[in-house]
Formats: sequence, C-alpha cells, structure tokens
Amino acid sequence: MARDTEVLVLGGGSTGCGIARDLATRGLEVTLVERGTLTDGTTGRMHGLLHSGGRYAVSDQASATECIEENETLREIAGHCVEETGGLFVQRPEDSDDYFREKLEGCRDCGIPARVLSGREAREIEPYLAEDVERAIEVPDGAVDPFRLCVANAIDAEAHGARIETHAEVIDLLREGDDVYGVEVRHGAGPGKRSDAAAGTTEEITAEYVVNATGAWAGQIGAMADLEIEVRPSKGVMTIMNVRQVDTVINRCRPKGDADIIVPHETTAILGTTDEEVADPDDYPEEQWEVEAMIDTLSELVPILAESRTIRSFWGVRPLYEPPGTGTQDPTDITRDFFLLDHADRDGVAGMSSIVGGKFTTYRAMAEEIADHVCAKLGVTASCSTADEPLPGSENLARLEAGMDDFGLRSPVARRSKQRLGSRASEVLATDEPNPVICQCEGVTRAEVRDAIEGSGADLNAVRIRTRASMGNCQGGFCCQNMAHELHPEYDEATVRAALDELVAERWKGQRHALWGEQLSQAMLNYALHATTMNRDRDPASASGDVEFAAFDDGVAREARGDD
Amino acid sequence: MAIEDDVLVVGGGLAGATAALAAAERDVRVRLVSHKESTLRHASGLIDVLGYTPAGEGPLADPFPALADLPEGHPYERVGAEAVRDALAFFDEIAGEAYAGAHTDANALVPTHGGTVKPTARYPTATAAGLASDDRDALLVGFATLPDFEAPLAAAHLEAAGVPFDARGVTVRFPGIERDDAKVTRYAHLLDRDEPVETAAGESTARAALAETVRSRLEGESRVGFPAILGDDSADAVRADLADRLGVDVFEVPMGPPSLPGLRLEDLLFDALSDAGVRVTTGVPVVDYETGADGAGSSGPERIDRVTVDRNGSEIPHTADQYILATGGLVGKGVQSDRERVSEPVFDCHVPHPADRYDWFVDDVFGDQPYARFGLPVDRDLRPLDADDALEFANLRAAGAVLGGYDFAAEKSGSGVSLATGYVAGRRAAEGCR
Repeated sequence: MARDTEVLVLGGGSTGCGIARDLATRGLEVTLVERGTLTDGTTGRMHGLLHSGGRYAVSDQASATECIEENETLREIAGHCVEETGGLFVQRPEDSDDYFREKLEGCRDCGIPARVLSGREAREIEPYLAEDVERAIEVPDGAVDPFRLCVANAIDAEAHGARIETHAEVIDLLREGDDVYGVEVRHGAGPGKRSDAAAGTTEEITAEYVVNATGAWAGQIGAMADLEIEVRPSKGVMTIMNVRQVDTVINRCRPKGDADIIVPHETTAILGTTDEEVADPDDYPEEQWEVEAMIDTLSELVPILAESRTIRSFWGVRPLYEPPGTGTQDPTDITRDFFLLDHADRDGVAGMSSIVGGKFTTYRAMAEEIADHVCAKLGVTASCSTADEPLPGSENLARLEAGMDDFGLRSPVARRSKQRLGSRASEVLATDEPNPVICQCEGVTRAEVRDAIEGSGADLNAVRIRTRASMGNCQGGFCCQNMAHELHPEYDEATVRAALDELVAERWKGQRHALWGEQLSQAMLNYALHATTMNRDRDPASASGDVEFAAFDDGVAREARGDD
Repeated sequence: MAIEDDVLVVGGGLAGATAALAAAERDVRVRLVSHKESTLRHASGLIDVLGYTPAGEGPLADPFPALADLPEGHPYERVGAEAVRDALAFFDEIAGEAYAGAHTDANALVPTHGGTVKPTARYPTATAAGLASDDRDALLVGFATLPDFEAPLAAAHLEAAGVPFDARGVTVRFPGIERDDAKVTRYAHLLDRDEPVETAAGESTARAALAETVRSRLEGESRVGFPAILGDDSADAVRADLADRLGVDVFEVPMGPPSLPGLRLEDLLFDALSDAGVRVTTGVPVVDYETGADGAGSSGPERIDRVTVDRNGSEIPHTADQYILATGGLVGKGVQSDRERVSEPVFDCHVPHPADRYDWFVDDVFGDQPYARFGLPVDRDLRPLDADDALEFANLRAAGAVLGGYDFAAEKSGSGVSLATGYVAGRRAAEGCR
C-alpha cells in the first residue's frame, strides 16, 4: 500500500524539527505534525541556556562532553540564534571547596575551556555579584533563542520539501497487528498555518516510519498503541526580570538545588529553576513558592534581584526518562541523557521509534542519531549534513553586517532586528512601504511581524515567538492590538479578534506570577487600556445579544434634525 | 516657615484638578501639588460615568438609574447620585464648547480605536460626529505610518458590533510624514501650523494635502473619522478646515497613549486652575507629613498639620487646614505594592487587600479582578478609614482612582468617579476650613 509520506515525525519541538530537517536534507519525504504551534511544549518553555557542559562536568561527563561539542557546532550553524555571553560558576562562602575543585577538574576532563577567577575578577565582569562571592570558574556557556532555532529548523525542512503541520493533534496511532503505519490527527480550531483541512476535521496520515518526538508527552502517544513509555515529566519555573542584571550566565557552584542559574536573554534575565515530578505534563500546579524561591535564593548571588522588577514567570516540563527498573526517586537525580526506543526491539511492534530524555543543547546530535536509525530502517544511505550546513538566517552574517544600513531602521531597532533575523534580514526588511515599529519594548517592526505572519498564519502566539513582539516590559499591553492589526486584510475581522484574544490570554497567564510593584501597575494600565479605552472586555461584537443603538445619544444627528 | 494655604490638593489628574477647582469656588486659598505626569496622557479624554453595572449589565443607555443600585462602599454610593449630576454640570461649565453630551442623560456609544464601541456620558466635540447611534455612513481613514489604528479593520469591527450604518476604512499616507516612527504630536503640529508639504502634485500645505488625499476615497459618506491626531493647540480649526474642504463632517476616534484628547483635557483643566487662582506646583512629590497637637485633649482622629514636598532635593513644608489626596490608583502610583502588601505611599492610609498575593488576581484576564478594586475605603464625607472603620485623619479627603471598591475599567466609570469625588472632596474641604 502506498503511504502518504516516508517519515512521519510527531512533535514540533526542537527534537522533532531537528529530525525533520535532518531527514529532509537527506532527501527523505517528511511530514511533521504538532498539536499546537512549534515550540509549544518544552522547547518554548526553557531558560535559553546554551550549555557549555559545565553543569554536568561532575555528575554526567558523557553529557558534558556532548554539550561542549554541540555548543561549538551551534555557534557555527546557528550564529543568529546564539549570544556568546560566557558563563560563571560562582562559589559563596558556604559552598564546598571540594566541589569547586571537582567542577574545575571535570570541565578539563571533558574538554570544556575553564578558568578560575577571584571574587574580585568575577565582580569586574559582573558588578552586581554579591560582595562575598569568593571565586568563580569561567566557561563558554551562552544564551540561545529556542524559538528562533526551532523555527529555523522547520523552515529549512520545508525548504527541502517537508510538510510541517501545526495545530494537528494526534488522536490515534494507526496500528495493524504488530505494525504502526501512521496516525490520525484532528485539525485544530485555533488560528494558524495549516493545510486546507478545516478545523475539527480529522485526517489519517500514513507513513513508512513514525518517529515519536513528543518528549514529555511520549507516554501518552505510546499508550494509543498499547506501548508503555516511562517518561517522568518534571516541572521547573523560570522567572523573567525586566532588564539584564547580568550579561553572563551565572551558575551557583554546588552539587544541585533549586534556583541556581541566571541566564541573560535578549533584554531580560531569566531565573531558574525548580525540579518537581508531575503526573500530567498538561496539568500541574504553578506555585507561588517556586517564584519566591527564584528571587530569594538567587539574590544570594546577585542581591539587587530582591528589589528588581519581574515581568512574568512560566513553567516548562522536562521530558525525563529512565529505563524500567532504575527506580530513581528524586527527579534531580534522573539522567539528562537521551534514549532512542525502537519499539520493534523493545515491544515487538514495528514501524515506530520514540525519542525521550535529552536536552535542548544537544538536540542536533539527537536528531542525527534518530535520522541515522530511520535511514537504516528504510535502507537509505544518505549521510547527515546538519553539523556543517548553516540554518536559514546564519548563512552569511558578513553580508548582513554590510547591508543593514540600507533598511532605514534606526539603531537600536536595527541592531535588534538584525540579531533576530540574522542573514535573512535583507530579505525580510527590504520594503518600499512604511515600516513603523509595532512593538516598542522589543523594537519589532511591521516588516518583521508580516514576515512572521507569512510563516505562521493568523496565530499571534506563533508570531510572538518568531519576533519577540509583546514579550517586553508591557507584556503586550501596548502592542498586542497592533500585532493583530497586521493580520488584516489577509484574515477577516472575526479571525483577527479571535487571534488577539488568544494572545492577550497567553500574555496574562505568565504575568499573574509577577503581580506586584511596577508590574502590577503595568497590569492595571494594560487593563485600563484594553477595557476602558477599547472596551475589549465587553465588546458588543463578541457579547451575546444586540445593542439597541437608538436608545443612546446620537449627538450631531440629533442636532441636525433640530431635536434640541 | 511653611507655605500656608487653606486647602492643599495632592495630585494633578482629573480628580485633583476638579477638587481644587471646586474648592476655589469658595473664598479659600487653594494649592495643588503634583509629582508625576498625570495619567490623563494615557486616557482617551472621554468622560465615562457608568457604562456597565458591577455585575456586567450593559451597555447602559442611561447611567443614572443604575447609580442607585451600586454596592455599599462604591465611590458613587458614598457621594450619592445627585453629587454625580452636580459634578457633571460643574465639568460642563469648565469644558464649555470643548465637550458635548450634556443635552441628554443618555450615554453615547463612541467608536474606539480597537474597532468596537464604548458607552460614555461626555465626549470631546471632536468626537461628536462619530457617535455610533448616528445612522449616517462613515469612512474611517488610517495612516500607513500609524499602526495603532487600522481603519479597514476598525470599520469591519464596527459592523460586527451591529452599528446602524455602513462603515468603510481606507489606509493612506499622511502628507508630510517622512519618518516611519513619527510621534503623534508631530502629526498634530503639522496640521496645527498647516506646514508646507511636498506631494506628488507639487507643493501644498498639510491640511489641503490631507483633504486632497481623502477626497478621492470618499464614496458618498457624509462623515469621515481619523485617529485622534487632528491638531493639538488648534484642533477645532484643523477639524473645521478639513470638514470645509471635504464637504463632510469630520471626527476623531480616541486613541491609546500618548493620547492627544487626554492631553487636551489636561490643558483645559490647568487653564481653568490658573483662571481660578489655584496655585499649582508640579514635579514635587510629597515625601513626609506631620500630625499636629491641635485639638488638645481630644481622643478623636489626628489632624495633618503639615506635609513636606521635595523640590529638587530641598524639603519644603506646606501647611493647610484641609488636605485632599488625589494621587491616582495603581497606574498613577497613588496605590503601591510589593511582594508582601498593598499600600498608600503618602499618608500610609489603609488599603484593604487579601493577605495572599495569589488572591489579588483571577485567572481570566477580563474576569472580576480584585487588584482593580484596590484603593482606600472612605466615609460618606470621603475621609479615608482605617482597618477598624475609624477616620485616618480628621482633615484628609480622598478622590479619584486612589479610592477603592470599584473597577473603573470594567464599569467604564473612571472619569465620572474622579469628577464626582473630586467635586465633593473640594466642596467639603472648603466648607470645612476654619
């Protein structure tokens, strides 16, 4: 029987998109389905650390070695997604000297460049470090934009013929006997880019081979074909500050613990994190103590955090996995390594493998290993090129540097646009039309928003992750409306209104954990702007029942009729 | 030596200005001190009284019957419905020709820049031809360089809201705007001064060129709406000139911040303060206060004896007989918060709030938000009450958004509460002077 596609990838996170890119560039026919927008799962909900490997240099040296290798690769192939911030492992007086020494030796064993700094030297690099920080190890940690990186993989996969289908939720695995041959998806009702399939309709997609890259959700997918996959989802909080208190990744140099990292990210700094096992990756408590712990514990390293403004908090779920029978109790002790589960070998069910565990920094190496495995299954001999071929946006940064002045974008808007778009900047920003700034906090212009709409359709949350529009101090209060304006006239008024409602709801979700001080004032201003000035909370277009317009003051018309 | 007045108003927004003007009607010496820019620059310039009940019923065609049913503690309940009417009449007199809507008790439905309509009691004359109950067809004009107003989308949205006329929108280039990110005041000043501009057809002036751009887009509509950038100091002349050239009525659609209608209202109020002889000092925060030994032997509430303002680093004492606190709500920073508590920063008046920060909000962004009601509880004389319902001070009244117990954004009641409570606080303060 002819199949719809050769390889079907489930999951639009970094792993799934990485696999789709890898296989598509090897010449395979690939379809990827994602239940929401790209990065909706764990990828879009991490702290943006590009690991040097230093964090694992004591506990897990295999992972550490892999991290430093991939760290160097990503700087090459995805330069426009990476900020080379450097990182410090800092030691406070109460932190162990033995562990500090083990960390340094571990880094050296794994090939991670590492240098010891005195407390004074560390404070010269990061002036807000606490006075009593004793010393630090400098490593090549970086900041990475997981949204841009994941989307760049998807764009390149599409450019090589892949079908990327978002808002398509897998509702069943198609299994006949001991063979999985595809999935049934339901096309979603939310706005967004998709095939012609109408919302609510279902579609069967058959494939020669299925790759389950749904991470924390892999167990739920497996259950659809009676396969048991023992993922152990573990939640962690990230708290976003409104400015960068540090320009270097700051790690606490101690064995393990909550609230031990600060990652500078774009205009913000992200505090992380907690590690708590949860039963359901879609439904778990987001708790106040987690936010308080970020601020209270990390202000031991950077004291001004206690008085600073946070703009929101968000939670992600790690897709941890350990082989059956390992029995680790504490999720912080579960390995961060990844596992390729071939269900033919493991369960006697052919046609599908699952990929679980792992971490963002090594997504490309994971994808390569899966792609090799799939190619072996399908008898394809093409080899991997993803470590050498730059991603879209990172092909030619020199040309980008030279050409930026042509777009009439003023610094810092130009600088920010260039950083986000990389070598795609000329293509995106070349317009004869007016190109006003849509999002003032993040310096995002109309051309960039429209480019994102072209790629993601009427899904404003997908536009947000591609551009960072609405992710700054005002959390979209001032720009959500303007982002929605750019959808018209390509999308009709009802679609625009629905997309705007979705974006506003999403922005509010994370702000709830930052509602004090300046950010509570900001929330009230946003509320006043949307409810008082625009009446979006009681919009007659969205409310049930009709307004009796004739009962209200008609002003000038009344005067014209001489009623007064 | 302190600076001495009879009434000292702290805060320079709609409530503070109204309080000072109401007090100055009596034979007392009034001073107004303000710290930050007022929040009027964020506001649409509309004077809402009550568009929806606290339960969400509405839009209310007539706000006045609903005023009688408000819950205890709501600022309107504190001052009474008659005071709301008196305050509106007081505002109408101050605003004169600049505002309309006084001819009827009915609310007007005004198109918003987001595209729907909202109920309001008074509206700038510049907005009058745009009301949604007027059944004449309307053309909305947006500008390619002004992303806050997408005219074709707003027109489609108005029709989705069920307005009784055909709305159409077009987007054009604004003649004379070269930069993609010009401020709204730049548009306004081009029109105010009718500056020379280059057009495809040669040299022209800003108003003529704008009218020329719009003329060819008209398809028989008898009114044209623009985003609220039609002039600043000479807004009436700009609008009349455009209407004259186009042969149709011209109106403005109120916009978000920075809002020219809000800034025009601020100018109007400060001109009135000057005319009324109120002494105004801006840019000075109140940093401290002292209570007096006055009222010796009494066990009643304390009296505020003096406040200290910080003027460029030097501390200047001010004394008055009566004080009015009109420093705004969370937006204006008259109400502040940290991770532990919500507070009023000038006199540390009691602000009721749940102990757990996670009870300050609800999960639905437009749900019944507790934080929106944060502010001071007051007696019927608008004097702040402490946690035991006793007076905080004998000679302090509060007005405007610093008051609690109402959600101005959901009710569309912000300006009305500021006017009514400002008016009552000003009157009572003047009457209370010894």
